[in-house]
Amino acid sequence: MPEIRVPFRGGGFRPEARRGTGIAVFLLLLFLIEWGTRTGWISNLTLPRPSDVATTLGDLARSGALWTHLLPSLSRLAVGSVLGISAGVGVGVMIGLFSYIRAGLVPLVAAIFPIPKIALLPLFVIWFGIDEGSKYALIALGTFTPTVVATYGAVDNVDRGLIRMGQSFGLGWWSIVRKIVLPGALPGILSGLRVSLAIGIILLVAAEMLGAEHGIGAYILQAGALYDLERLFAGVVILSCLGVLTSWAIGKIEKRLLVWRS
Amino acid sequence: MELAVRGLTHRYGDMVVLDDISLHIPAGEILCVVGPSGCGKSTLLRMLGGLEQPDWGEVLQGGTPPEGCLNPLTYVFQDFALLPWRSVAGNVSLVLEDHRLPSDRVRAIIQDVLARTRLSDFHDALPRQLSGGMKQRVAIARALAVNPAVMLLDEPLSALDAQTRELLMEDLVALWERQPFTGVYVTHNLAEAVRLGHRIAVLSRRPGRVREVIEVPGPLSERHAGDAGLEAIQAHLWALMRDEAMAADLELLDA
Repeated sequence: MPEIRVPFRGGGFRPEARRGTGIAVFLLLLFLIEWGTRTGWISNLTLPRPSDVATTLGDLARSGALWTHLLPSLSRLAVGSVLGISAGVGVGVMIGLFSYIRAGLVPLVAAIFPIPKIALLPLFVIWFGIDEGSKYALIALGTFTPTVVATYGAVDNVDRGLIRMGQSFGLGWWSIVRKIVLPGALPGILSGLRVSLAIGIILLVAAEMLGAEHGIGAYILQAGALYDLERLFAGVVILSCLGVLTSWAIGKIEKRLLVWRS
Repeated sequence: MELAVRGLTHRYGDMVVLDDISLHIPAGEILCVVGPSGCGKSTLLRMLGGLEQPDWGEVLQGGTPPEGCLNPLTYVFQDFALLPWRSVAGNVSLVLEDHRLPSDRVRAIIQDVLARTRLSDFHDALPRQLSGGMKQRVAIARALAVNPAVMLLDEPLSALDAQTRELLMEDLVALWERQPFTGVYVTHNLAEAVRLGHRIAVLSRRPGRVREVIEVPGPLSERHAGDAGLEAIQAHLWALMRDEAMAADLELLDA
């Protein structure tokens, strides 16, 4: 009779959801900084004390200043990214479907993509005015290019077999686009949106730093100019929350729309 | 409806895949097309239904499609080609939606074809929840929904395991017995060919030519696995194809 048990060699290479780990790491880091600043091995010129940042945030919310900064920022982000993303999805689908549009626009998009859009802000101020217009345009352009790239990649990845099937049953061109191409491209488009919205938030802050009375970016800039680390970090915390919130919202949308994925 | 192929020739680059193919598929009869891999049998089928254009030659259709036929030449694909975001009923309704039928008629058609393929209980299931055999039955239900005159079947059972294949063969025979359709059935599986074909066309490999067209006697419903007559035909087919199948196996892809 053989008597040595066969050793287990499988498993691993498959990260699973571990509830609370993320929060634990975050809290541990906060605790370390709090403890460091209190005992003095982190000087308060290097990092603000987390509890002070929390107090600042609390004051901000109580005084109502939070909303005077947050609401303009949110509306800029919403208007700019809706413009950029809808144009991006439209152009991306057209690039995915038509050879001439693809040949003409893909190099153009590749040329626009790496331009730091912030560098164009002075130009946008001339074109669209110093007010909201230039900020909308900046965020729209910033979200447009990654959305285009993600969308036409997603359209390219739609199973051609499904499109042939549609043709073989005599479905019209528009039916094929609406019922086969768009739903098939949706997962790719949604994951592109995560990137686009993150870029949108970055550009929002940049635009507000360059010229805005209210807004998270303006708030952070003021705090930085006075070297007020508590307020600076309070602003950064709000931005992080915004990022987490958009990512969570897209996650929810994916769960709703993509139940058909295994 | 009947189909005829006349002098079909097609090349990909310098390689002739189909060379002067002529075939006739009479109404109500199933023609099986067998051949070693790379003989162009799937290309031929795509040309039969107008999904690909031949370099030379033509595909002709004759006769009028039956009453209520929405799509005379209808495919069943090897990989099922179901939309994963639509339910079973949704996949069937996809091919009816462009025809502007009244909604109660659409519902009736869906109920009827799902019943005929024994899928009524899976009306709202998503494709990912179904087994391979059930997915192919959904694809067959979808094909039946348009009341086709000709069914073009591209290796419909090749992605399935042996037991499921046997069950689905019985299903296909039952469907044909109930309402005889004209069919072209492409397969590399000789057992399927002798079970489901009234005639079998053997293609040679590169260039694809018709080597022989064999009549299989006896009604479809009386053919069973292990039948001596069918075994003999199958052995004959294998003898025709064996050397070429071996050559196909030894070939480098993209060489």
